Amino acid sequence: MRHFSLAGFLFAFWLVLSGHYTLMLVVAGGASAVLCVLAMIRIRVADAEAHPIELLWGAVTYFPWLLREIAKSAWAVTKIILHPSLPISPTMTVVRASQRTSAGVATYANSITLTPGTITVGVNGNELVVHALVNEGALDLEGGAMDRRVSQFEGAA
Amino acid sequence: MFAAAAAAILVAIALAITRAIKGPTVFDRVLAGNAVGNLAIVLLAVVGFLTERPEFLDVGLTYGLLNLIGTLAVLKFFRHGDLAYGAEEERTS
Amino acid sequence: MTAAVEIASWVLILLGSFFTLVGAFGLVRMPEVFTRMHAASVIDTLGVGVLILGMCLQAGLGLVTLKLVFLLALFFFTGPVVTHALAQACLHQGINPHLAEDRRSIARQQSAESDGRQP
Repeated sequence: MRHFSLAGFLFAFWLVLSGHYTLMLVVAGGASAVLCVLAMIRIRVADAEAHPIELLWGAVTYFPWLLREIAKSAWAVTKIILHPSLPISPTMTVVRASQRTSAGVATYANSITLTPGTITVGVNGNELVVHALVNEGALDLEGGAMDRRVSQFEGAA
Repeated sequence: MFAAAAAAILVAIALAITRAIKGPTVFDRVLAGNAVGNLAIVLLAVVGFLTERPEFLDVGLTYGLLNLIGTLAVLKFFRHGDLAYGAEEERTS
Repeated sequence: MTAAVEIASWVLILLGSFFTLVGAFGLVRMPEVFTRMHAASVIDTLGVGVLILGMCLQAGLGLVTLKLVFLLALFFFTGPVVTHALAQACLHQGINPHLAEDRRSIARQQSAESDGRQP
C-alpha cells in the first residue's frame, strides 16, 4: 500500500517537473517511478520514515500554524536587526520533546530551527539543546506550546 | 518590479559576500556561502520571470539540491577532515 | 489578471525584497557565528517565502506555480538541516557562543521537577 502511494507520488512529481505529456515521456516517467520504488525497497528505505502518509492530515493543520509562528518570529528578528542598539541576549537552554516517534522529535527540532530566533544545536534522546537570539525566545520554548502542537500533529497519525 | 527584486537580491548577495570575505571563522564563510547559494536560487526564479522564460525554475530547483549537498559536504569535511568518515566507522565496527 | 492580484503580488515581492535585505544586513551586523545563523534564517524563511508567494500570484494557476511551491518546500525542508549541521560543526570545533544567559541547568532542573509531579 505504502509502496503504491510512493510510486504514485513519484510519478506525479515527474509529471509536474516534465511539463511535456507525450506518450513516450509519460511511460518513461511511470517506469522510472516504479524502478525508484524497487531500488528503495532493495536498500530498505521505503518505510514509514521515507514516506509518512499517515502524517499528511496532521500536516494540513500543522503547517499553517507553523507558518504563522515563522512570520511572527521573523518579524521579531527583523526588528532586532534594524534596532540601532542591537538588543540581543543570546541564551542556551534545553527543552524536552514529548513525542513518541523519532519522526515526531525530528519535526519538533526542525520546527525550532525553522523559526528564526531559535536554533536546535544538539539532540540527546528526547532532550533538545536550543540556542535562542533573545531570552524571551528561550522562555517561550520552555513554555512548551510548540511541543504540544507537534505532539498533536503526530497524534493525528 | 522584478527588476527591483533582482536588484535587492544582488545587494543582499554583495552583503553576504562581504561576510564571506571578513568572516573570522570558516563557519562564517560556510554560512555566507550557503546564503549566497539560496539567494542565487531566488535570483534565478526572478530572472526567469524577468525574461519570461520559466525554464529557469528547473535550473533553480537543481541548484537548490546541489547547494544543500555542497554545504553539507563542506561541513562534514571540516568536522571530520574526511568525507568518508561514517562509512569507515561502520566497516571497522 | 485583475488589478487586486497584481497589486498584492507587487506588495509581496517588495516585502520579500525588504526581508531579504534585512537578513543580509543582519548577516554583516551580528557579532558572532551563532547569532549570524539567526539572521540568515530570516532570508531563508520569510524573505524567500514571501518573494516566492508573490511570484506565485504573478504566475497564476499552472505548472510554474507548482514548481515555485516545490522550490519553497525545498527551502523549508533543507534549511533547518543545514543550520543544524552548521551549529553542531561549530560546537564540535570548540567554537562556543557568547551567552548573555545560560539556562541549561535551570531548565533541566525544572523539567525534572515537573516530571516528578506528573505521575
